[in-house]
Amino acid sequence: MTTQSQHAPKMATPLEPVMQFDPNAKVPFAKWVQKHLFTSLWQSLMTLVVAALLLRFAWFVLKWGVIDAVFYTPDPDVCRAAAGACWAVIVEKHRPMLFGLYPYDEHWRLVIMMVVYLSTIVASLMPKLWNFKILIPLWILSVTSIGILMFGGVLGLVYVPTSEWGGLPLTMILFSGTVLIGMPVAVVLALGRRSPMPVARGVSVVFIEALRGVPLITILFVAVNVFPLFLPAGVEVNKLLRITVGIAIFFACYQAEVIRGGLQAIPTGQYEAAASLNMSYWQTTRKIILPQALRISLPAITNHIIAAMKNTSFVIIIGLFDILTATTAVMQDPLWRRYYIEAYLFVAAVYLFFGYALSLYARQVEKWINSGRI
Amino acid sequence: MTHIDGSDQRGAKPRQTLSTLLYSKSFRTAVTQVVMAAVVIFIGLFLYQNVVENLRAQNIATGFGFLEQTSQFDIGEKMITYSARDSYGRAFVVGLLNTLSVSAAGIFLATLIGFTVGISRISSNWLLSKVATGYVEIVRNIPVILQVIFWSVLLRNLPNARNAVEVYGVGFLTNRGLTFAVPATHPIHSTMGIALVAGIVLAILGSIWARRHRESTGTYVNMLWPSIGLVIGLPVLAWLFGGAPTAISYPVQKGFNFQGGVTISPEFTALLIGIALYASGFIAEIVRAGLQATPKGQIEAARSMGFRPWFVTRYVVLPQALRVIVPPLTSQYVSLIKNSSIAVVVGYPDLVNIGNTVMNQTGQAVEAIAVMMLVYLTISLITSTFMNFYNRLVAIKER
Amino acid sequence: MSNIIAQTQSPSPSQRLDQEPMIKLRDVSKWYGHFQVLHDVSLDVRKGERVVICGPSGSGKSTLIRCINRLEEHQKGEIIVNGIEMTDNVKNIEKIRRNIGMVFQSFNLFPHLNVLDNLTIGPMLVRHMKKKDAEELAMQFLEKVRIPEQAQKYPLQLSGGQQQRVAIARSLCMQPEIMLFDEPTSALDPEMIKEVLDTMIELADSGMTMICVTHEMGFARTVADNVILMADGKTVESGTPEEFFGNPKNPRTRLFLEQILKH
Repeated sequence: MTTQSQHAPKMATPLEPVMQFDPNAKVPFAKWVQKHLFTSLWQSLMTLVVAALLLRFAWFVLKWGVIDAVFYTPDPDVCRAAAGACWAVIVEKHRPMLFGLYPYDEHWRLVIMMVVYLSTIVASLMPKLWNFKILIPLWILSVTSIGILMFGGVLGLVYVPTSEWGGLPLTMILFSGTVLIGMPVAVVLALGRRSPMPVARGVSVVFIEALRGVPLITILFVAVNVFPLFLPAGVEVNKLLRITVGIAIFFACYQAEVIRGGLQAIPTGQYEAAASLNMSYWQTTRKIILPQALRISLPAITNHIIAAMKNTSFVIIIGLFDILTATTAVMQDPLWRRYYIEAYLFVAAVYLFFGYALSLYARQVEKWINSGRI
Repeated sequence: MTHIDGSDQRGAKPRQTLSTLLYSKSFRTAVTQVVMAAVVIFIGLFLYQNVVENLRAQNIATGFGFLEQTSQFDIGEKMITYSARDSYGRAFVVGLLNTLSVSAAGIFLATLIGFTVGISRISSNWLLSKVATGYVEIVRNIPVILQVIFWSVLLRNLPNARNAVEVYGVGFLTNRGLTFAVPATHPIHSTMGIALVAGIVLAILGSIWARRHRESTGTYVNMLWPSIGLVIGLPVLAWLFGGAPTAISYPVQKGFNFQGGVTISPEFTALLIGIALYASGFIAEIVRAGLQATPKGQIEAARSMGFRPWFVTRYVVLPQALRVIVPPLTSQYVSLIKNSSIAVVVGYPDLVNIGNTVMNQTGQAVEAIAVMMLVYLTISLITSTFMNFYNRLVAIKER
Repeated sequence: MSNIIAQTQSPSPSQRLDQEPMIKLRDVSKWYGHFQVLHDVSLDVRKGERVVICGPSGSGKSTLIRCINRLEEHQKGEIIVNGIEMTDNVKNIEKIRRNIGMVFQSFNLFPHLNVLDNLTIGPMLVRHMKKKDAEELAMQFLEKVRIPEQAQKYPLQLSGGQQQRVAIARSLCMQPEIMLFDEPTSALDPEMIKEVLDTMIELADSGMTMICVTHEMGFARTVADNVILMADGKTVESGTPEEFFGNPKNPRTRLFLEQILKH
């Protein structure tokens, strides 16, 4: 064997100075730009083209939306004379756009309702408050007060039937109704589909596949036109309720598939451990299986919830006055009808705002789950 | 004869008492199911009864006989001949064809945009990927109905034919639609079509040949440019062969309308743009997820072996990406087809719109809605069958 | 086309001393952001030498060998393989990579190709081999790793040990002069570790230059010419297995050996 010391790591015989590097030096902006925007001829070309288009578009938006825009005037002719956007239409028409057909004098009730609604939702989203003792009374209080505010008829408030409800409050009610009714139904359907009993499984499968294969519009048609036929003569169910249930069941069928995916991901070992602890089917499901399944499928669940918010806009087809329908109706006004772009941008901004807020929250929940906090 | 478990139980059954039965798991399950089935059937019968009663009370006919009655309404856009004297059944067919045509165009457009944006999302060019991300966020988060309504109002507010917006002299945008010039029909066009198909077939054969050649000699022949050449070149050759006809049917303004050229209605266009852009956002995300699905380790393994970047993409990333992309992509397509039912909002005569008209005229809501639902269910079913078939075909084989 | 596999003779000890090292690392340092993961590491590996690098997790040993085939970039120092310096130059990287085979902890086989295709795709695409020759080569290496009957199976149909042996065969099909192993047995069940280690011992006996990051001390004792301990991004000690295990000089080495050899 050779002398061992020859294998010790050798010191460098420096032929040329070694590369210098300082990790604390910030990457100069020029270098970053070169690396991310101009790596090759093709890339540089693309950067230039995209940048040019973007700047052109940004300049157009700036000019149209801010510089030449009219922000407030009750006179449509002022807007007509201006070259830019007429944001005044929103200032003029925001009440019918936001509140629909609701009686003009009672709009203050809707404002209070929205405050109550939003605070309840924000409170329910905080993990600190996730205790049934807090949540259930909170929601009962909330729903009652919203009911009183919207319906009226008591406490000296003017009665307003559901047919006159509209605008953003209506969207909110449709959305929360969809989720509150739809999620439990989704869980039941998902469990049913995974059930070892053929009857339960068969009914669930048929239900889910049938309702997932048809457009939401047909289900709304059923809720409006066909459902009354199912009821014995003389019995009537409120149209808003029927529609909410319709959207909720549609939502539930999609959500059921998502939850089923989560259920499938749970290893059989979990069922076996619960069985060896002598837990019943419902105990196992409630305490062991569902919590895990919901955590696993959470990203897809939140996607569908955000989609449910967008789907409330479908009620325009059956004549309910949500915020989109109200805006379309408002745009019939011959004096202001040419400013439809501004009006629809406003509605789009409302949806984008809520959608973005929901997706931020969804991401936060994911982080909480990953760190084990919930 | 003793059984293997050592007991001498042949012929003897365990004593069946009532309590054994009540506590037996299989008995309980069976009873639960019977009860469940009974409840479902009972509810079904109850609802059915009510429906029959109510329909009778309101003097509404039942059954599908109405499909043969005269429709008495005309349809604005149609792909087959139809008039107010045709049956409701034929009206439904017109609606179905309209649905399929806007859906097909929508799928094509959405795929084109979606793939481009999806690939841009993961581009190393920072500006491009940020722009792509912005596009996806905007297009996905605005409700599709709002987008469709927006485009339809925009298109309906275009000036009339007298003051039409000109597009480079070959097209006009008016409130009646988009009119643009098309090459005048010429017999050589069918030959060009055949040449196109031939070009595609030859390109495919060419790549098969190139692969065989690589396997037998080791040299790699890049078939990208030859394939493009074939697919484009052959139709061009056919065109030259036909005398290079350059006659174009220009739209010429005549009164309130145009003569010549081709006009696409604003309803069709608005619906198309709305549902296509909406779907393209989702498709972009699907494509991005598919391209990023390949585990990093495999890319490292390929690069350690000396693969060029294009080879890594073509032989390692793309095969696995396609498996991940195709299932959600097809469900997006089905989603787009279902979204085309929004047509009723913009007045495009698709299946649901026509069904709605039929429903209002005949009062037979149940049957009309049943027809609509059945058609969409069939489309969904065909798609899921195809998807299951595809999944089984390309499934990565595991234990 | 029979003897495609080049049988390299292990150079005699005296020959090894005189040869220029195949791999030269000089003061190599690497940072992840502000965290320095390699501190001025220097190393020489000669042709036919078997080097085992061990150490606690986070010591930078995987990072070091990943720098050798440019799966990671070093910011300071030099890496010279077979006289070619490892820089940003794409041509150099390609030339170096063609001569180095790498075996990963997570095997990284291509799941959509069967075993034979996994082995032949590299030679066909990179070395422009004909399909028939590539398949012959592949079958020879499959026999070398003792699983020729699995040629038509898909990776996910095999056990972990079999998958890793296929991964070794895949790297060998590129006929490299150097093989890098990044914790090849860490993801395997105990029964399968032996079959992979046996394959690696046979490979070592055939004269392959190997750098192996592993926790398998038995393997180090049997096969290594040089055992190196890395901790906190530095090489702490190196020596022959006898020196390293029998008479560790550095207290850090002694600490490590106590922890490792306890059970």
